[in-house]
Amino acid sequence: MDLSTMIIKMSDGFGKTCAIFFLTLLFSLPLGMIVALLRRSRFKPVSTITRFFISVLRGTPLMLQLIAVTYGPYYISVAANKLSEVYNWGVYFDIGVSKNKLVPVVIAFAINYASYFAEIYRSGLESMPVGQYEAAQVLGYSKIQTFMKIILPQVIRRILPSVTNEIVTLVKDTSMAFTVSYQEMFTIGKQIANSQTSFIPFVVAGVFYYIFNAIISFIMEKIEKSMSYYTI
Amino acid sequence: MSVLEIKNVKKSFGRHHVLKDISITVNEGEVVSIIGPSGSGKSTLLRCATLLETMDEGTLTYVGKPAAWMEGSEIKYAKNLNEIRNKFGLVFQNYNLFPHFSVIKNLTDAPVSVQKRDKESVYEECKILLRKMGLSDKEDAYPCMLSGGQQQRVSIARALAMKPDILFFDEPTSALDPELTGEVLKVIKQLADEKMTMVIVTHEMSFAKAVSDRVIFMDNGVIVEQGTPEEVFGNATNERTKQFLSNYNK
Ligand SMILES: Nc1ncnc2c1ncn2[C@@H]1O[C@H](COP(=O)(O)OP(=O)(O)OP(=O)(O)O)[C@@H](O)[C@H]1O
Ligand SMILES: [Mg+2]
Repeated sequence: MDLSTMIIKMSDGFGKTCAIFFLTLLFSLPLGMIVALLRRSRFKPVSTITRFFISVLRGTPLMLQLIAVTYGPYYISVAANKLSEVYNWGVYFDIGVSKNKLVPVVIAFAINYASYFAEIYRSGLESMPVGQYEAAQVLGYSKIQTFMKIILPQVIRRILPSVTNEIVTLVKDTSMAFTVSYQEMFTIGKQIANSQTSFIPFVVAGVFYYIFNAIISFIMEKIEKSMSYYTI
Repeated sequence: MSVLEIKNVKKSFGRHHVLKDISITVNEGEVVSIIGPSGSGKSTLLRCATLLETMDEGTLTYVGKPAAWMEGSEIKYAKNLNEIRNKFGLVFQNYNLFPHFSVIKNLTDAPVSVQKRDKESVYEECKILLRKMGLSDKEDAYPCMLSGGQQQRVSIARALAMKPDILFFDEPTSALDPELTGEVLKVIKQLADEKMTMVIVTHEMSFAKAVSDRVIFMDNGVIVEQGTPEEVFGNATNERTKQFLSNYNK
């Protein structure tokens, strides 16, 4: 197989890599904020449970989470059907492994990244001086106005560098989808490498990721610049 | 009618009684200074009056509108506190301007988005306020580009933009270099001359003397002595007041 065929085949998978990447951001960025706010809840059980989930998601490999979300429902249904047979529940679960693996892959990525973003948001929220809340309160801003107009824009400004780091990591992490044989770029590259006993596909993949990240970094730098009209 | 009426306010942090039965009435156009040693509860009193802190006991009334009152031994706060917040403004020691808003946006945003006033007329009024503060050329600047004295004047303008009936200051100049203190005090003096109702916590004794109609000396959570500047600074009757003032007259 010559290099151009290789590149064309892998570009096919690149679309799927991009799908994982953008869908993960689309869901995890807002979800992370919800998780961060739950984590900061003054209602103890909520913040404790949230903290537990965050620590599990950050403390276990993403690969494992991908496998759990992709195959977990199937294995659970198998176990449930066995129990159903033994105890005569008269129910039968027909849950297979979903054909479109993009769904479980994005779910796994989104909840994993949401827990990282949540911790970043939390540190950003905690870095806000209490005086900003008090000034807003005295001026009569509602809780929602205070958050949306006063707090959030400043938090975003503060956490943008950390968010950029995560996004760059996400570009590279998309390759983990190979563990559930989702046909993204790296999985295809690996298959070609195996069948052709060639190292070249890995080099091609490396170049792809590098260029992707260079573009991401460029964009994020532009966004950071556009926000740095004031110092904090 | 009195603009502010505080009656029998008590406040503790844990077992520490910070305010022990404080009552103050401020009439329209009056300028009241509160002086006293560090930890005497001056800031806590302002924070209770501006609803940043809840009182344990007491009543709080603004321009005849009850903000907090006692029902038996329970303190009750009004349902619509924003209606009360409309009546006062607070100038913080460290300004607390919104750093991501330009100077003019710091002034106009709350009147427009909280008080729902007309954008155009708010903008025109705020420009006039900035001119009054000597900051006409800073409309589009961001707070980080301004000196401390300029920032404090913006924060005074921000409070005034809400058209409060009374303005509170908590040590408005103590975060400032001495050479910047004067410009802020000048602005406050100007407001006093215009008969703005104000309560000023300050360590600037000569300023308190010059600007106030009434001076209140607080110590250890109680009002020890109050009167005209002449009475308090000229011939204080209480030993603690004399002792406190003697440290300043050296
Ligand atoms: N949130 C709080 N929790 C616990 N104690 C507090 C709190 N706020 C204030 N205090 C205590 O209450 C007392 C009065 O504080 P306050 O800030 O009102 O004094 P102050 O008269 O404003 O002093 P200063 O002149 O130094 O500003 C102090 O002993 C302070 O430690
Ligand atoms: Mg104080």
